[in-house]
Amino acid sequence: MTTRIDRRMAKLKSEGRPALVTYFMGGDPDYDTSLAIMKALPGAGSDVIELGMPFSDPMADGPAIQAAGLRALKGGQTLVKTLKMASEFRAGDDETPIVLMGYYNPIYIYGVDRFLADAKASGIDGLIVVDLPPEMDEELCIPALKAGINFIRLATPTTDDKRLPKVLENTSGFVYYVSMTGITGSALADTAKVSAAVKRIKGHTALPVCVGFGVKTAEQARTIGASADGVVVGTAIVNAVANVLGPKGEKTADPAEAVATLVSGLAQGVRSARLAAAE
Amino acid sequence: MNKPAMPNSFRTGPDEQGMFGIFGGRFVAETLMPLILDLEQQWNKAKSDPEFKAELENLSTHYAGRPSKLYFAEGLTRHLREVSSAKGLGGGAKVYFKREDLNHTGSHKINNCLGQILLAKRMGKKRIIAETGAGQHGVASATVAARFGYPCVVYMGATDVARQSPNVFRMKLLGAEVRPVTAGHGTLKDAMNEALRDWVTNVEDTYYLIGTAAGPHPYPELVRDFQSVIGTEARAQILEQEGRLPDVIIAAVGGGSNAIGLFHPFLDDKDVRIIGIEAGGRGLDGVEHCASMNAGAPGVLHGNRTYLLQNADGQILDGHSISAGLDYPGVGPEHAWLRDSGRVEYEPILDDEALEAFQLTTRVEGIIPALESAHAIAHAMKIVPTMDKDQIVIVNLSGRGDKDVHTVAKMLGMEI
Repeated sequence: MTTRIDRRMAKLKSEGRPALVTYFMGGDPDYDTSLAIMKALPGAGSDVIELGMPFSDPMADGPAIQAAGLRALKGGQTLVKTLKMASEFRAGDDETPIVLMGYYNPIYIYGVDRFLADAKASGIDGLIVVDLPPEMDEELCIPALKAGINFIRLATPTTDDKRLPKVLENTSGFVYYVSMTGITGSALADTAKVSAAVKRIKGHTALPVCVGFGVKTAEQARTIGASADGVVVGTAIVNAVANVLGPKGEKTADPAEAVATLVSGLAQGVRSARLAAAE
Repeated sequence: MNKPAMPNSFRTGPDEQGMFGIFGGRFVAETLMPLILDLEQQWNKAKSDPEFKAELENLSTHYAGRPSKLYFAEGLTRHLREVSSAKGLGGGAKVYFKREDLNHTGSHKINNCLGQILLAKRMGKKRIIAETGAGQHGVASATVAARFGYPCVVYMGATDVARQSPNVFRMKLLGAEVRPVTAGHGTLKDAMNEALRDWVTNVEDTYYLIGTAAGPHPYPELVRDFQSVIGTEARAQILEQEGRLPDVIIAAVGGGSNAIGLFHPFLDDKDVRIIGIEAGGRGLDGVEHCASMNAGAPGVLHGNRTYLLQNADGQILDGHSISAGLDYPGVGPEHAWLRDSGRVEYEPILDDEALEAFQLTTRVEGIIPALESAHAIAHAMKIVPTMDKDQIVIVNLSGRGDKDVHTVAKMLGMEI
C-alpha cells in the first residue's frame, strides 16, 4: 500500500531533487487565515505539508512555535477544526501529502480509533507525534499503520546505531532527522555533521530522510538538501505569520502572501541543491 | 473507568515499561529517550549497591537530620476531642505528625534531592537543572548542588518568582541561577516544560533533578523510593510508640512525592486507611482548584499518563491553590493507579479549610505548617472527631510554613 507521501517522495527522487517540507501551525492566527496559508503552500513550492496541531504544553518547541500554538488556541483552534482544515484543503488538492504534527494528549483525548478514522477521511497521510517514542508504539503508531497512515519517527543525534533499528522499525513515509539536540527554532547545527548523520541513517533504511530543526533560509535549505531527501522548515514560516501581526494580533499584511513569498525562496534553494549521494 | 483487578500486592509497580496499570510510561521526545534509559540502568545498579546506600544513609542522618520524629500532636488531639464532645460524639482519635518540617531545608524535598544528586555524581554529570513551584524543591536542589559543587539552574514560573521572593533569594545565596519562565502562563507546568527544553538541548552533561513523583519512567519510581524513607520510618515509629499500626494516614498531594513516600510502605497493610488530599482551591464546581484526580481525566503530559486538568480538546488547564506547592494540573502516575484501584482515597480540601488548619496548628501546637501540609491537617480535623479515642491518625507534616507567612497574611488582610 502506498500513500501520497510515498508517491511524492518517489516522484521527487526520479526528478533528482529533495523535498521541501513546510510546517505551519493550524489555526494561527485564526482558522480562515490558516486555511488560506495552507492552500497557498503547494503553489509556492511546498512538496509536503506539515499541519501543526496546537498544544498548550509543547515541550520540544522553541518560543516561536510556542507562541503560534497559543495564538491558534486563543483563536479557537481544536483538533476537530484542524481535521476540518485538512479536509477543506483536500477538496482542492488530492496530491500534496499532509502530515499532522504535534503532541499526543489531544489525540488521546479525541480517542485513538475515532481520530484515525477521521484523519483518514480528512485526507491525512502521516503523523508526527513528538512524545511517542518507539517504546510507546502500541498507543498510536501500530494502530495508525493498520489504518494506512504513515507514522513518521524522529531520529536525533542521541539516537545511536544501537538504537536506530528500534526507531526505524515501525517508521514509514520518511524519517525525520532532528539536526541537533534542542528545540525547534534553534540555530542550525554544523551542516557537515548533519550530512554525516543522514548518511548514517540511510545505512539503516531505504526510507527517505528529511532534515529539520534550524533550517530558516534558502541557502541553508540548499546546503542541507545536498545530502538529505528533504528539508523541513517550520519556525521561519511561523515567524513569517507572526511578523505580519500587530501588537493586538491584527493583520498588517496578508499572512498567506508572506508565507508564500518565503516558501518560494526556500523552494528555489531546495531545487538548486544537488543530491550529493548518487543512489 | 474500568477498575483494574485487585493485585496481591500494591507495592510491586511499576512494570518493566514503567507502567502502573494504564498510568506512567515514557512519553518523551526521542532525544531524551536514550537519557532516561541510561538513568533507569544506573538507578537499577545504584539500588543494589551497598556503597550507594551507605552514602545516602550517612547524608540523610548527618546532613538532613533523619530520622524525622513521629510526634504525638497532643494539643491538636485535645482540641479535636473537645470538638467531638461538643458534637455529642465523645470520640477523637490520637493525631501524630510525621515531622518532615524538621529536615534540613524545611521539607521532605531534601530526601529526594540527596538521592538524585548521588545518582548524578555516579553518572558523571556536570550540571543540575530543576523546576520549582513554591521554591521548596528549588531550594533543596540548590542546596545539594552547593554541597556537591555542581552548577545549578532552577526554572520557576515568573509569577511564582514574584510571590516567593524569599525562596528565590535563598536559591541565589546557594549559588543557583533562577530562570523565570514567562512561556505559557508562567506557572509550575511551564517551568517543567522549560526544564525539559533545557534538558533536550544539553543532553551530554546535564542531570534533570525532578522534584516530584511524576515525569517519564524511571522518575516516579526513583522519587518514590527516595521518599519512602518517610513511611518506612513512620511505620516503625508507630509500632514502637503505640505497639500497633495506625488506622488512618493522610498526606497532601500536588505531584504527590511526600504522599507516595508516606503511603508506599503502608500499601499492603490492608487495615490502614490511606487518604491523599488534593487542593480544592475555591471549590470543584469552578476552575479554581487543582484536584486532578477528583475533577480531571487521564491524559499525557510531562512524560507520563496520569490524571490531568484539561479541557475537551486535551489542552492542559492551569490550576489554582492557595498553596503554590499543590498548584500542578497533574499528579504522579502511581497515585492515579492507586485511585483507580481503590486502595487510596483522594479528597479535596478548600483554600479556606487549609487556612483554618494552618492557624489552628500554629496556635495549639506551636508549629507553623506549610500550606501544603495544612491541607492534610484540615482533613484530619474533619474525620478525627468522628473516630474513637483509641484510634490513631498519622498526618504527614511535609514542610514548615515560614515560606507561606506572606501568603497567609495577605489572605487574612494583614500587612507585614
